[in-house]
Amino acid sequence: MKYERDPERIRRVLGNKIQFIQGDMAVAYGGLLAGVSFFGGYPITPASEVAEGMARLLPRCGGCFIQMEDEIASIAAVIGAAWGGAKAMTATSGPGFSLMMENYGYAVMTETPCVIANVQRTGPSTGQPTLGAQGDMMQVRWGSHGDMEAIALAPSTVQESLDMTIQSFNLSEKYRHPVCLMTDGEVGHLREKVVIPDEDEMEIFDRVTATADRETFLPFAESPTNGSKVPDFPTFGTGYRTYVTGLTHNEKGFPRTDKQPDHERLVMRIITKITDDREEMMDVEEIALEDADIAFVTYGASARPAESAVALAREKGLKVGMLRLKLVWPFPRDLITELSKKVNTIIVPEMNLGQIYHVIKEFAVDDCDIICAPKIGGEMHLPLELLEIVEGC
Amino acid sequence: MADMINANDIRTKYLRDGMLPTIFCNGCGHGNAIDYTFWAIEELGIDTKDIALASGIGCSSRIPGYVNADGLHTTHGRAIAFATGTKAANPDLNVIVFTGDGDCTGIGGNHFIHAARRNIDMTVILLNNFIYGMTGGQLAPTAPMGSIATTAPYGNIEQAFNISELAAALGAAYVARWPVFYPYQPIKSIKEGLSTEGFALIELMSPCPTAYGRRNKLGKIDVLWNWYEDNTILIEDYKKIMTYGTDDEKVAVMDKLQIGVFQQESKKGFFEEYWKMVEMLMERDDAKHKEVSK
Repeated sequence: MKYERDPERIRRVLGNKIQFIQGDMAVAYGGLLAGVSFFGGYPITPASEVAEGMARLLPRCGGCFIQMEDEIASIAAVIGAAWGGAKAMTATSGPGFSLMMENYGYAVMTETPCVIANVQRTGPSTGQPTLGAQGDMMQVRWGSHGDMEAIALAPSTVQESLDMTIQSFNLSEKYRHPVCLMTDGEVGHLREKVVIPDEDEMEIFDRVTATADRETFLPFAESPTNGSKVPDFPTFGTGYRTYVTGLTHNEKGFPRTDKQPDHERLVMRIITKITDDREEMMDVEEIALEDADIAFVTYGASARPAESAVALAREKGLKVGMLRLKLVWPFPRDLITELSKKVNTIIVPEMNLGQIYHVIKEFAVDDCDIICAPKIGGEMHLPLELLEIVEGC
Repeated sequence: MADMINANDIRTKYLRDGMLPTIFCNGCGHGNAIDYTFWAIEELGIDTKDIALASGIGCSSRIPGYVNADGLHTTHGRAIAFATGTKAANPDLNVIVFTGDGDCTGIGGNHFIHAARRNIDMTVILLNNFIYGMTGGQLAPTAPMGSIATTAPYGNIEQAFNISELAAALGAAYVARWPVFYPYQPIKSIKEGLSTEGFALIELMSPCPTAYGRRNKLGKIDVLWNWYEDNTILIEDYKKIMTYGTDDEKVAVMDKLQIGVFQQESKKGFFEEYWKMVEMLMERDDAKHKEVSK
């Protein structure tokens, strides 16, 4: 049986247009709406509800759910499914994400579109399984060996968990890259209202599939269809007889592992196909920044108390604003530089000991004060804690 | 016969241009395995357009590169998991995994046992050479006791995996083991594997004179190939001796590797069951929807 996306059926399976559901379930909904036809996953707190939702709903939409034997197999099956023509995804949390790192790099190297939802918890190691954290914001960028770029989004609400899963698929299809949805245990287990978008309220981007002559088509070269650095996708079974390898390869896909220029050419293309579009991809929310002297720069769950802190500070007449990174990677470096020229202080609340803080420091101008506001241990920042930091500035 | 095809035609038809020469050493059995696979595909009349190969890391995992079909050369040990996804995405594809003993039962053991247990629809052609050949001769989980490897310099003290018996115990639909120097039986088994619903394992014992033979006084190709002759026994012969033989006869064959077809069962593969469930669910939903729309 071959999957065909049936918008009407998907919405029938999902049920009411307005629902009160968990963030994890919203990720499953987003995947189904985007047209996911394969989900491979392994149980892990606090991400299991994504797999449970998929196990229940994906077969009814005509797709395939398999509970794999571990997270390594899950991401492997997802990549294999993508080459078979599927939109494919998995969901996991910290320890599982660590296990996926090798094949995450394989997906980058082979330019395989797929989505990994990481409902983050803390570590090191098993850490606090049931509690939220933002422990993998650097792992998503640097966790796999070698040089690569990452595309990662961070939802702050249940609605965003749904919308950004669709957005993750669109980006992964457009750039032929594994896209990570960096949600967390707080947003994942939170219940909020969601509105399921109608078909005309959402955008769907499907990968450009190969149509060129089979004899001359180069599966790992710039697209002959639109000249983009992203190659056209030769789906398995369509006669292109493509060889896909994690080894350094030439434009035909054949291994070329001993020459420096071959490697540099390949790696620079798969990096710059993303970084060239850094501005275009950028997705941020600005709150009360117009006249701000102090700015929070934040993302995901920690944006929620930060937004409250902004409101509290404004009540006290303090000029505080907030920049929320909805898309964290590729990093909006110019925007941070500009912001750091405008404000005196940037406060970075994160549910880790400071990860994105370091990137902000890298791109902020020297005379802007960058304050790391970490909170670990499975509790979110309190708005008053953040207000205190503002008042101390 | 007018359309009789010879070995040369087979190579021209199925080998991938631009990938030769292969990386294989003199005396390696992997080339034979490629050849047998080509003959099996040819005799079954499968279009290579409808074949998706997957492999992991190691000498045997380079095989998809030499076959003119879609192929995923993946990470070490994970080919079966990748292939599971490919088969899920496109049920029309014939999915073949090329793997080695280290790839499949060392680092990839977990995926192997679960795919066999689930009876996932794929054909796994496992080239067992008792050694990690590509990396220079480290100990494999299949190495006979006493074998010398770079990481077992004083002799292997571990029990070896019996891969085919493991797969059979897990309920794989088809399991066969042949040394590559039998030319016809492997072709027949690959054909049977490709025609099987569910999980098929064809374990081909492939000699490695370079990394295994050299350290184990089996470096000369003819000596190594003779070792297989002396140390294997047909399953049927083994059973006969174990039932009717004298004690001496039993002792003589006890440690030999059995070869032949271990298991051949007609049972539904994972995906047949899965898609049946999906159809049932979708029909149920459609009926409910019609009822409500009335």
